[in-house]
Amino acid sequence: MTWTDEEIRDDGFDDWLDAVAADEGYHLECPDGHASLPPRLVCPDCGATDLSEAPLADAGEVVTHTTVHVGTGAFDDQTPYVVAIAEFDGVRITGLVRGVDPDDVDVGAPVEVTVGENPATGDRVVVHRAR
Amino acid sequence: MSRVRVAGVGLTEFGRAPERTGRELFAEASARALDDAGVDREAVSALHYGNFMGALGERQGHQAPLMAEAAGLRCPATRYELACASAGAAVRGAVQSVRGGEADVVVAGGMERMTNRTIEETTEALAIAADELFEVRAGVTFPGAYALMARSYFERFGGGPADLAHVAVKNHANAVPNEYAQYREEIAVDDALDAPTIADPLGLYDSCPVTDGASAVVLVSESYAEENDVDASVAVVGSGQGGDRLALQDRASPARTPATDDAAAEAFADAGCSREDVCAVEVHDCFTIAEVCALEGLGFYDPGEGIGAARRGETTADGGLPVNLSGGLKAKGHPVGATGGSQVAEMTRLLRGDHPNSDAVDGTVGLTHNAGGTVASAVVHLLEVVE
Ligand SMILES: [Zn+2]
Repeated sequence: MTWTDEEIRDDGFDDWLDAVAADEGYHLECPDGHASLPPRLVCPDCGATDLSEAPLADAGEVVTHTTVHVGTGAFDDQTPYVVAIAEFDGVRITGLVRGVDPDDVDVGAPVEVTVGENPATGDRVVVHRAR
Repeated sequence: MSRVRVAGVGLTEFGRAPERTGRELFAEASARALDDAGVDREAVSALHYGNFMGALGERQGHQAPLMAEAAGLRCPATRYELACASAGAAVRGAVQSVRGGEADVVVAGGMERMTNRTIEETTEALAIAADELFEVRAGVTFPGAYALMARSYFERFGGGPADLAHVAVKNHANAVPNEYAQYREEIAVDDALDAPTIADPLGLYDSCPVTDGASAVVLVSESYAEENDVDASVAVVGSGQGGDRLALQDRASPARTPATDDAAAEAFADAGCSREDVCAVEVHDCFTIAEVCALEGLGFYDPGEGIGAARRGETTADGGLPVNLSGGLKAKGHPVGATGGSQVAEMTRLLRGDHPNSDAVDGTVGLTHNAGGTVASAVVHLLEVVE
């Protein structure tokens, strides 16, 4: 017996992925300008509760990166793969890096955030594409 | 406020013991601690127990009363979960309960059984310490997260894999005489540099092993120790804990671990002593870069200076500030939920003089640093020989 056979969405997070996939990515912003990612009811920096959506910057920059050689779970069969944290005008997002040779990924490299697919599972995954 | 004395410590041998159940591991560690303390089980009024992944690894929830039972204790028992800092938090909870006058005799510690599952299953279980939505789903593994920190550190401050190799070499050397350690063989810098990459820039020898094991300490109030003639020369004189955003992407810098700064500041203020008083340190070196970040966060090195400490010989057994004389997580092993208790047990032995590496300790104050995840949690304790 199961509650449902349907894939359960994660409110806020999956809505955010939808928006990024539609090239309408956003982050949350409090009145003091602190940026964060959903789902969130409270600004983690100052506790403000009136959060609004602001468009994500088109271009980001790699802050740090690694090539993972020993994967886990949904990523078992995909090694080596590159993971990076990239900054989009004050918002940092972790994602796979695709569209560039692992050896050519550098700190400071320009990327844009998109939504891709994990080929092993079909799950959606945040992907930074080299610009 | 009463000082808290460490009346006894107990450890299992750390290593691969896939068939040993968690309850057997903790029974052994706690029996050794109670025996070392010479305190009656009936006197124990609470168990503070750390465990991280037992719900996945042994399909066992509600572990604290089970472990109290395994230890032969009939008392309230509570499990602390703070990823790799679970037992550090358990010790801190135990310390606070004695200081607050709620308890005179408590047991704290932890257990992790990790090699009874496949490497893939255990790796996946460890990954749940990270942010599921924003990190794990993006392919971040536990080594991958520390690799992101290491790259960020190198970019900002310099240093490289050879510096980290010296951390591994040092901690392996320290583990050689330790009867509880998982790896008791020395390695060379080239061994570390030639090892396979797991998540660049980190290689296999930058990583702690997967370990089964348990730890326990018996803490008593100073008045109980005096009235009952308990031999407890070491006291916990300071305790601190820091917290931070869970995901690495939400920290100001992936190369810094401010939760450690906060935990250390609180512990030093609590103890009323300074960094110059500290003669030995056990830090959370789940990866070699973690030792570097810890030494900087604790204030023993300025940001950017910790990377060369092992290479310069300052943190080796014969250096000015010996770090991880037990072998650290790197070579002694890292049964995740037991590690914070193991550090306190090892520091107690080092200060009392009954650790094989006690000769390297020149002073009376030691510090332990236990971290959770990518240091979204940090727990620091200061121990001192008081008689
Ligand atoms: Zn705010």
